Amino acid sequence: MSLELEGVVIRAARSDRPLFAPLTLTVAPGEVATVMGPSGIGKSTLVDFIGGHLSAGFAPQGRVRLDGREVTGLPAEARRIGILFQDALLFPHLSVGDNLAFGLARRIRQAGPRRMAVEAALAEAGLEGFGDRDPATLSGGQLGRVALMRTLLAEPRALLLDEPFSKLDPDRRRQMRDFVFDHVRGRNIPVLMVSHDAEDAAAAGGQILRLSELAN
Amino acid sequence: MTHREGRALRLIVLFTVLAGFVLPIVAGLWETARAAFGILPAIGAGEWSLAPWRQLFGLPGFGTSVALTLWVGFGSTIISLLLASGLCALIHGRKWARARAGRVLAPFLAAPHAALAIGLAFLLSPSGWIARLLSPWATGWNLPPDIATVNDPMGFSLIIGLLIKEVPFLFLMMMTALTQIPAENHLRAGRALGYARGLVWIKIILPQIYPLIRLPVFVVLSFALSVVDMAIILGPSNPPTLAVAMTRWFYSADIGLLLPASAAALLQSVIVLLAIGVWLLAEGIATRIGRLWVRRGGRGMVSGPFLAVAGAVTGALMLAGALALASLLVWSFAWRWSFPGFLPESWSMQAWLRPGAGWGAAFAESFGIGLCATLISILIAIAWLEGEDRAGMRRVGWAEGLIYLPLLVPQVAFLYGLSVAMLGVGLGNGRATVIWGHVLFVFPYVMVALSDPWRALDRRMVGQAATLGAGPWRRLWAVKLPILLAPILVAAAIGFAVSVAQYLPTLFLGAGRIATLTTEAVTLSSGSDRRVVGVYAVLQAALPFASYLAAWWVPRMIYRDRAGLNGGRG
Repeated sequence: MSLELEGVVIRAARSDRPLFAPLTLTVAPGEVATVMGPSGIGKSTLVDFIGGHLSAGFAPQGRVRLDGREVTGLPAEARRIGILFQDALLFPHLSVGDNLAFGLARRIRQAGPRRMAVEAALAEAGLEGFGDRDPATLSGGQLGRVALMRTLLAEPRALLLDEPFSKLDPDRRRQMRDFVFDHVRGRNIPVLMVSHDAEDAAAAGGQILRLSELAN
Repeated sequence: MTHREGRALRLIVLFTVLAGFVLPIVAGLWETARAAFGILPAIGAGEWSLAPWRQLFGLPGFGTSVALTLWVGFGSTIISLLLASGLCALIHGRKWARARAGRVLAPFLAAPHAALAIGLAFLLSPSGWIARLLSPWATGWNLPPDIATVNDPMGFSLIIGLLIKEVPFLFLMMMTALTQIPAENHLRAGRALGYARGLVWIKIILPQIYPLIRLPVFVVLSFALSVVDMAIILGPSNPPTLAVAMTRWFYSADIGLLLPASAAALLQSVIVLLAIGVWLLAEGIATRIGRLWVRRGGRGMVSGPFLAVAGAVTGALMLAGALALASLLVWSFAWRWSFPGFLPESWSMQAWLRPGAGWGAAFAESFGIGLCATLISILIAIAWLEGEDRAGMRRVGWAEGLIYLPLLVPQVAFLYGLSVAMLGVGLGNGRATVIWGHVLFVFPYVMVALSDPWRALDRRMVGQAATLGAGPWRRLWAVKLPILLAPILVAAAIGFAVSVAQYLPTLFLGAGRIATLTTEAVTLSSGSDRRVVGVYAVLQAALPFASYLAAWWVPRMIYRDRAGLNGGRG
């Protein structure tokens, strides 16, 4: 499985000027590639485009292929591309366990195995017994780990990381980074991170691409 | 993405709104206009003529009615705008005052016009609480004096009644508008330049929020020019305002009055249209004068006294409103209560113990109609907002106008024509028609109340659900609606309160056969037993309060273990 971007150009609907120079990139399974660039250049917009969340205010060109199959025209829910942001974005009305169950793939049908999968994910995040907790009572690091687990339980075919560590202080940042990279490498899926942080990019260990503004 | 599905949903909603709301209003205006020019087949009138207008102009008191309408409409709107602005300026930036003002004013938003008016009549009348408080020691009255403090020929008591409803409405609209501009920073910047708080507010902040509350101001103006229920209870009686006069003509035993009444209804629309025009013109002039004034850079004007007066007057009005509502309760339990006793000499449950006498059925009718109208409105509002989401589009100006349309066109101007049109196409005037008539006025308020919280929902949260494989319907059911439960219930409570308060749609579309708490209270208010009227008015006021309470309590119970939804974003 690999994630391929081909000739991706995004412009705001009312503007002729693309946000960045055309982007072509292939991320291999198990690789964590990084796209870097100054803030405001459209890194998050790129993530939205790949994931299928781009709002009507943008006019994109180019293709996104997953494992050779084009997904550019598919709705977000059919792409199976996970996204992690710096905010965990857990659903506030659901318990921690139910957040995970919401993400858990439908492949597992029966209640018993589903509950066990959720328990296992909690254990993996070092949060045994947190299933009934209110997400609002968790610390930032705990929230981040639950968010990653929720995303992985959905069995994504690719993963996007949008500045996932930028809110954490240096110590936590390293811990969280290790946790995320360890878990995603084990899944053997392509991972694309956008970041403005060189240390994050180096830790990722994959190819590094710099978005640049279009020369006039 | 799901653009195609979004389009289908949007088309369904647009069709519902056009066919269900816009078409009926247009048809109602059309039938009214036809009748105004002599064509009303139901009574055998079939020839174009100007006779209805000649007859209208010749009716006794017509000129006075028009003058009263303009006086009450403009007077109450201007005063309530001044008071609401003054109050905003007074408390803006003082957090505790803001929270407290919201809590104090909100109940008056919930109280139905009719109940409030009946209470005010109890309070202000020559035999009312204020007179009792001052008698006989200060006034020397041992019997109620023969002076018109309610139904006064100048409409002062009607204006007071309207102010108690409109000041809180405009105030809350301004508070909402304030969140859309960087008001705090402007206030700080202005004060740093040497302007006092109140002055910054008038010179810098008010001009920015006024455009955001212009539509609500027009709603207030249109309403004040054409109000019926409150004007029947508090307004001048002989001659009354135009809207009351034409309601009497429509329901007169003399069907010959139907044609001039229709002419008056058409005239009522013209009056509202012209009034909005005049208002816009005045806005332009005020803007120019304001600019000149701002350019002079004066910092010396003391705004304090004006603001203090605005605060005091608003406080007095709200006190009167609270006493009015309290007096309803006292009267409903009173047995013997002679002048000038401040409280009844003996109490009784008599009026309450006999629901069979009428209030039981009226209560059920109000409750049922309100529930249906609210459910339908909430459903359409959610469909509309979800359609916007799926299309990824912001609301365009004409759509916003569409939502406000039923609130801008005066009810009296099209409801009679509408009932004629309904009969014309074979739809009877019954309960279903009344419910739909209520939806016409409930939907705009529900829509206005729900739009902002709906848009404030973090889009990335919904995006997360999509990346986890949830399609648009699951995102709606499992993520958006549960998170938005509190604001949805608040919108529903507002809608329910609006429905319970409706007088004219029930009267006209129910052909006088559907008796709700509101229609009964208004009918009974003229001269019947105050104890019975008290029961109806208390119940009428209690329904909206109960619905607000439920909207506050239910999400707190369901989400008592969810700090992220409890209070914070609610």
